[in-house]
Amino acid sequence: MTVQEWSIVGAVVAVCFGAIGPAFAEGRAIASAMDAVARQPEAGGTISRTLFVGLAMIEAIAIYCLVIALVLLFANPFVH
Amino acid sequence: MSSPLAESPLFTIGAVPVAGSVLTSFAITAALGLASFLLTRRLSVAPGRAQSALELVVSTIDGEIRDVMQRDPSPYTPLVGTLFLYLLVANSIEVVPLLHSPTARLETTMALALLVFFSVFFYGVRANGLRGYMRHFVQPSPLLAPIHVLSELTRTFALMMRLLGNVMSHGLVLAIIVSLAGLLVPIPIMAFGLFVGLVQAYIFAMLATVYVGAAVEAEGASPRESVK
Repeated sequence: MTVQEWSIVGAVVAVCFGAIGPAFAEGRAIASAMDAVARQPEAGGTISRTLFVGLAMIEAIAIYCLVIALVLLFANPFVH
Repeated sequence: MSSPLAESPLFTIGAVPVAGSVLTSFAITAALGLASFLLTRRLSVAPGRAQSALELVVSTIDGEIRDVMQRDPSPYTPLVGTLFLYLLVANSIEVVPLLHSPTARLETTMALALLVFFSVFFYGVRANGLRGYMRHFVQPSPLLAPIHVLSELTRTFALMMRLLGNVMSHGLVLAIIVSLAGLLVPIPIMAFGLFVGLVQAYIFAMLATVYVGAAVEAEGASPRESVK
């Protein structure tokens, strides 16, 4: 296979497997937050705000994988 | 398929190439500025409809900042509120035909992330003094200074990439769906895009608040505000 074809495979693998970890992490975070809100509804505002910031942090990992995939597809340093 | 990371310029002024996203961004800035100017030109104690709506927006942003930072939000509302309102409009402008979100371009999000980066420095120095702010880099041990610097840089990079990735990937998904399915299928996806844009604007503004708040009450710094 040429470098271009390997790059496409690499991009697909990066996005597929890079999304698994953050997906589990976000699921756990949201489950814990809902648990906390159910136990203590009056703290809902603080919990959901912290949750949003935390989700943004977790999501950044998936976004890094997307960036790697885009670099492989559109700005590949090994393809001239 | 054209690269989403590069944009061809529409026209050039002298030697400066001007891209479409720059024009959109300038138009949004001008429209928001003009609207703010017109709405705040004649403020009254007994507000009318427009002023009530404006006060609702400003006081909601104030309240969010106060909840996060636990201090008077007035020095930070201009930065955070402007970021939020600009991003809200810029992320949602995709639904207007022929217009594209300027935040789907690397340059716009990079500029916004750098703005947050320097604002953190500015507010930190203003609250704690230059020595006081710099001291938090060597807390609790000077060995950790590289980690502090690295975290400042990577979180700025993450801020840039998060916004870009969300807005741009939504545009890509929409383009793929439009090319596959007809008229009615993309419309719910576009509505979902409005929601994504709102959430991303909120998260960007909220993270900027958190970063500025952490710099203002930097650990180990002598708090100048609480002395008086």
